[in-house]
Amino acid sequence: MNPQMAPSRKGESEPRRASARPAVELAIDGRTVSVPEGTTILGACRGIGIEIPTLCYLETLRPVNVCRLCMVEVDGSRVLVPSCSRPVEAGMKVHTGTERVRHTRKLVLELLASSVDLSTTPGIDALLQEYGCRPERFGPRAAAADAGVRDGAVAGHHEPPDPRTAATVAQPVKVDNDLYVRDYGKCILCYKCVEACGPDHQNTFAIAVAGRGFEARISTEMAVTLPDSACVYCGNCIAVCPTGALMVRSEFDMRAAGTWDEARQTKTDTICPYCGVGCTLTLHVQDGQIVKASSPLANDITRGNLCIKGRFGWRFVQPRERDGRAREGDACA
Amino acid sequence: MEETDVIFLWGSNAREAHPIWFHHLLKGVRNGARLYVMDPRRTASAHWADVWMGLEIGSDIALSNTMAREIIHAGLAHKDFIARATEGFDAYRASVESYTLDHGERITGIPAAAIREAAHAFARADRAMICWTLGITEHHTAVDNVLALINLCLLTGHVGRWGCGANPLRGQNNVQGGGDMGAIPNRLPGFQDILDPATRGRFERLWGVTLEPRHGKNLSEMLHAIEHGEMTSLFVIGENPAQSDADQRRVERGLAGLDNLVVQEIFLTRTAQLAHVVLPAAATWCEGEGTVTNSERRVQRIKKTVDPPGDARDELWIISEIARRLGRDFGHPTAEDVWNEFRTVAPHFAGGMSYARLEALGGIQWPCPDESHPGSLFLHGRLWETPRGGRAAPFSVVAHDPPVERPDAEYPFVLTTGRRLESYNTGVQTGGYDSPLHFGESLDLSPEDAERLGVATGDAVRVTSRRGSLVAPARVDRCLRAGMVFMTLHFPDEVTTNVLTIDAVDPKSGTAEFKACAVRVERAAAAAETPFAGAGRR
Repeated sequence: MNPQMAPSRKGESEPRRASARPAVELAIDGRTVSVPEGTTILGACRGIGIEIPTLCYLETLRPVNVCRLCMVEVDGSRVLVPSCSRPVEAGMKVHTGTERVRHTRKLVLELLASSVDLSTTPGIDALLQEYGCRPERFGPRAAAADAGVRDGAVAGHHEPPDPRTAATVAQPVKVDNDLYVRDYGKCILCYKCVEACGPDHQNTFAIAVAGRGFEARISTEMAVTLPDSACVYCGNCIAVCPTGALMVRSEFDMRAAGTWDEARQTKTDTICPYCGVGCTLTLHVQDGQIVKASSPLANDITRGNLCIKGRFGWRFVQPRERDGRAREGDACA
Repeated sequence: MEETDVIFLWGSNAREAHPIWFHHLLKGVRNGARLYVMDPRRTASAHWADVWMGLEIGSDIALSNTMAREIIHAGLAHKDFIARATEGFDAYRASVESYTLDHGERITGIPAAAIREAAHAFARADRAMICWTLGITEHHTAVDNVLALINLCLLTGHVGRWGCGANPLRGQNNVQGGGDMGAIPNRLPGFQDILDPATRGRFERLWGVTLEPRHGKNLSEMLHAIEHGEMTSLFVIGENPAQSDADQRRVERGLAGLDNLVVQEIFLTRTAQLAHVVLPAAATWCEGEGTVTNSERRVQRIKKTVDPPGDARDELWIISEIARRLGRDFGHPTAEDVWNEFRTVAPHFAGGMSYARLEALGGIQWPCPDESHPGSLFLHGRLWETPRGGRAAPFSVVAHDPPVERPDAEYPFVLTTGRRLESYNTGVQTGGYDSPLHFGESLDLSPEDAERLGVATGDAVRVTSRRGSLVAPARVDRCLRAGMVFMTLHFPDEVTTNVLTIDAVDPKSGTAEFKACAVRVERAAAAAETPFAGAGRR
């Protein structure tokens, strides 16, 4: 008998796995599909090669249904359905590309693109084009808010909107530490950072959504700086940010200097040099220098997460003196 | 971990020392697991516990034995498992008989009712596990502490099944792998017995050398041998004993007195500064190739990502060249060549772990005997087989033995040392980045003691043990109880914590008692040598 299958007095001896879930049959765009019970509509669609755009969805986070980009039409449902969280049901008829679906995605994208800086959002240009978006139709973008103004907004106290300009979340970048920056002019309020910092991974709860309506924003407690907050600098919020609003300082500085060039970068997976958990570190290297560390979402150990040492602690390897003599550094003077 | 029902986190502040592992633990807690944290400090990990068991420093065996007696007397011992899979139960039962709940409460300081509740929860759980780190092993009773925890798992059948077990969380990315490969004083690669003539013979034939049929010295024994002139030459690879070992002044004297000290390092560490020869090496985790083994026995590949600077050489190249110049030329094998030799000498252990499979599967947990084997999620499943596979698992008789140094009138505080989230050991690596969490070293003490001594966070205090004395900024920490003070070893260039610590060594493992020594704390007349950057914070 395989020792891994040894019997137990109490309960099973094996992982509780979902492999035995019964199959559910449904129709997607007229095609009959069979998937395990509990699969989301999004999962079922991706399984047969139908791409549905998402911004707030990530396979390592629980869906929060806020970006409304993944909406699909389901027969019998009055309203559109968020495909990222809705589980399939037997006999369901799903339509992913109807005029109604395309219209709502277009509007969501236009509202975001008119109010948020999406210049570092991967794949956004193709989406705007695919859905024929014209964010400029809302008028020229309003002036950026001064530092701290959006953070100080009081719920229920609104200025009347200016119909001549497109409202914007533009504001100065928050640079208050050496490890990462927060550029909330690029924030689409997808909640991913809040979920990663909170119950889904890190459980530190340094950030949450504050304010209401268009004044809603991601905030530390009482909008204090990161060094005064509960933040532990794991950067797991950066890892899930879809727009580059959260960015490691090294990347931010290189972008500012015009030297960040992903076309010249390689990514290599190795193992973190610190504790015995064995987190996979993906080292992003440009011109022979490590410029960033991340971890793959699909990794069983990390699920894309790292701690402060893993994400930022690699810097000791460079620059060491290039003449081969060992450095007499801060830590070993 | 995520699918267990009761977790004993014992002598571990994994929230700070193993943060990503702690994510998995919290998934378990959110799935309904009950978490008990046994730690003298109310740590960041303990904040997540259903029950924090704030035991007296060094009373771990007493707590474990008390729980064991309670489990036995309550009829909760797993009699079937004990009969089928273990030996030595009667002697064990007799040895814990004196550890009544009241006696346990007197030694550990934990209320008897809390000990009873934890014991019952552990024994009644479908699945339960004990996870520990240096709070268990940095004592002069290190091995006995571990055996006491293993006893609890054997007593309740929480071993060899999914979601159960006795799990040491390794502190370094390859401390497990070093042992796997035989870089320990008493084992050949694959944990094979060097005292067994047949095993030794196999290695002798393969390597063409004669192996001495005896155990080598562990680190503490080496330092003692150096001190007594029995060891005159030392080759140090990637270790900083001048700052990491207990009773630092004694270690420094020993290293300085060596005839020949060779240090292979990536930086000119304090140890390297004492060396006769420094061999600048690549940082293998990103400048070389190889494997590391993590806490769950998962062997994973490390890969060359960037070139080492200047003349720093690949570590394997250095070792091969030293061998050649000592008259034994084995060429310049690649890391994969070395690994493949390991697979042939330890086939039951790693035979199925080719580099290709390690890559394809994202790491494999040993043992993995052949290329069709998926690796092993957990060990000791054999104990549940019918008939039982292999030999019985022995209970061990262990008795409470308090720390060597206990507080007295002259040295009234117990100093315990540990680690913080953002830093790592002697700071050689973590000194390389700036973070808002780098507050520097401090002497952490309870609010009660701070008030009695008249010190506030940021004030300079003098800390003195029988071995040394230093000045450090104080930090008032509500996580500490009166009588207990805490320091790290992360900033040894500013605050030499290890001049205070005691080299009382566990005779079985060679580990020094970093977790307990007696100190005196006084307000310092002079300002602290380094101001405390985090004054008023945390």
